[in-house]
Amino acid sequence: MAVIAHDPSMPTQTHAEVTRDVVRTITDKPTRGYYILAGTMAMLTLLLFITFGALLKYGLGLAGYAPPIMWAVYITTFVFWIGIGHAGTLISAILYLFRSRWRTAVYRSTEAMTVFAVMTAALFPIIHIGRQWLFYWLIPYPNQRYLWPNFKSPLMWDVFAISTYLTVSSTFLVIGLVPDIAAVRDHVSGWKKKLYSALALGWTGADSQWRHYTRAYLYLAALATPLVLSVHSVVSWDFAMSIIPGWHGTIFAPYFVAGAIYSGIGMVLTLIIPLRKVLGLEHMITAYHFDNLAKLTLFTGSILFYAYGMEYFIAWYSGNPFEQTTFWRRAFGPNWWAGWTMIICNAFVSQLLWFKKIRVNIPALFVISIFINIGMWFERWVIIAMSLTNDYIPYAWGQINPTWADWCILAGSFGWFGLWFTLFYKNFPIVAIQEIKEMIPMGRRKSPAEAH
Amino acid sequence: MSMGRREFLRTGLLATGAAAGGVAVKERLVADREEAAEKKMTVALTPDGQLVAVPVGAPAPPRPPTPAEVRRGIPGRKWVMVIDLAKCDGCGECVSACRKAHFIPTDREWIRLYKKQDSPETAPYWFPKPCFHCDDPPCTKVCPVGATFKREDGLVLIDNLRCIGCRFCMAACPFSARVFNWSRPSEDPTETRPGAAEPEAGLPRRVGTVEKCDFCPDNLRQGKMPHCVMSCDMAAMYFGDENEDAVTDSAGETLRLAQLLRDRAGYRHLDDLGTSPRVYYLPPSNRRFPAPGEAGARTGKEPAPPGETRGLE
Repeated sequence: MAVIAHDPSMPTQTHAEVTRDVVRTITDKPTRGYYILAGTMAMLTLLLFITFGALLKYGLGLAGYAPPIMWAVYITTFVFWIGIGHAGTLISAILYLFRSRWRTAVYRSTEAMTVFAVMTAALFPIIHIGRQWLFYWLIPYPNQRYLWPNFKSPLMWDVFAISTYLTVSSTFLVIGLVPDIAAVRDHVSGWKKKLYSALALGWTGADSQWRHYTRAYLYLAALATPLVLSVHSVVSWDFAMSIIPGWHGTIFAPYFVAGAIYSGIGMVLTLIIPLRKVLGLEHMITAYHFDNLAKLTLFTGSILFYAYGMEYFIAWYSGNPFEQTTFWRRAFGPNWWAGWTMIICNAFVSQLLWFKKIRVNIPALFVISIFINIGMWFERWVIIAMSLTNDYIPYAWGQINPTWADWCILAGSFGWFGLWFTLFYKNFPIVAIQEIKEMIPMGRRKSPAEAH
Repeated sequence: MSMGRREFLRTGLLATGAAAGGVAVKERLVADREEAAEKKMTVALTPDGQLVAVPVGAPAPPRPPTPAEVRRGIPGRKWVMVIDLAKCDGCGECVSACRKAHFIPTDREWIRLYKKQDSPETAPYWFPKPCFHCDDPPCTKVCPVGATFKREDGLVLIDNLRCIGCRFCMAACPFSARVFNWSRPSEDPTETRPGAAEPEAGLPRRVGTVEKCDFCPDNLRQGKMPHCVMSCDMAAMYFGDENEDAVTDSAGETLRLAQLLRDRAGYRHLDDLGTSPRVYYLPPSNRRFPAPGEAGARTGKEPAPPGETRGLE
């Protein structure tokens, strides 16, 4: 009898076991640990809104802005979160179109992460502006004041890019959830039954429904695919379109997109490594999936490595003293530690993933993912805030000292994101039941040769 | 003798400020009857629909510009500034005159005075830096709500009613010309100085909005030069109209702009950035007073360290 090597992309469970294991994560009573986690996230969210209220009342002077640094922690954190929101759509849409088999076990959690990260990012343009109550002036709609936004402004493009991305990615998440919610509906009772019945949109699993569903999913995947590349390109143009040294680079769009996907996968790893243990899904999200996620991290991390090198090369090659000063100060200026944090956490740490032993070592991956999260926040900090500390007027250079208002908003944004994600994973299938089932090999009748 | 516009508006606001209704206006006019009888006042209707007391026979006062005119600029003009670094002795009069005229809080300056030295071997000099009102301004392009705009007369202004405070213009300006209202302004100068409420003066200040040097468009409409230019003891600042090819200093000397720039090798600061500033500098050659740091030099006014320029007193 020929031994057929086990294909690691294929689940080892039966159809019934998949449903059972995933539905159990929802029907099991929440543990005390869950309440503590959700409570902590809720408190941090409260902190976010209290700090926002203080900013509304007293003005942005509470935050640590120091001219000429006009964009600091809030825009940094905005780009950080919008970047995280890119891995989800890459995994759920682009890898879907490429028929990549390993995405099935992880795409639901990354997609949820995407939607919540974009929801978090969307808060920041509002927090950041000086007159927060007028943020709706950014939205073009016919109004009595004839106030039309300036379509030349990259910030305007940002509004379009992010609102489109939020719409498409949340639609994608909700549509993908429908068959799974129906599976949950069939295993709960009482008011929960009513709730999930409503959310399942009358799903019965009929052939015609599957046909429409798979078509809709394919089209949405095709629609979401260009957005993965365009949204963060547009975000990068917020910077690249101005003439500030350190911002004015032609590589910004691909550089930012690679960084976004890199940071997004970092956050995915940080989230699902503990999650699979807590929810008992270790047999579904396996070393095979982490190996592939790590390869994607290595790929995008290497693009970042190249981009960092290219930035320094261009600064030297350009002969522009302002550009050269900016990059010199990134590595050896007063905030050298931030510059090196970015380079070490992103360019160097990602290179560890060349080794298969590290790629399938789950604790090591978790530690690396934390480095990625820190490194990518600092990348945006270095690019955005530190480039502004030394612009064209050397006698007006400044240094920035973030205050409690900056840190509370940053911590609160993690709470806001975490609260949504915590509520999601306990109430919705965090692993796509139906897609896992599709991967289960067909039962075959034994051949006559084997049956003797 | 005709009334100045300031005086006219003050009278008008006195009369109309109390005008909760027609009765109030009437009472006010009755109270001023003696004065009115003396000056032969009458009641007139302003373009914006207010009743004001004006002397009989007075010529119509200059009409305040409409919002559309504010955004278009003064027709036929092309304002330009020339700063002669050879004459600037760093006294800082321009900074304080600007502060006084625009009620600028102590945490910021619209025109800044820097001590500049291009290389260790060259002599230091004083460098007043207003907004350059660039012809290709990076700031107006990035404003998402169109609050800052370039006018036909060359000025770059801010409509602080429209500004939402995203500070993109501040990040985009390579010359750090713009300042921000980080907290609620402690005073509203339009209350103590009714004349300050010109549509082009950027007053009252609003929390969370950007402001900057505006070349005093209210002065320009009256045929006067900006406050900094008029206050310069050394006559180091020239102001004028590029279309007329003429600039004038505080001493009243008027020169041909093109010839001045040619004879004195005028240049624009960081011209290679491509923003086309409307402020020219004349190199600090043949100075008739000690350079900064030499014996007998004026101390000037050192700009506040950038880290400490935040928050209102």
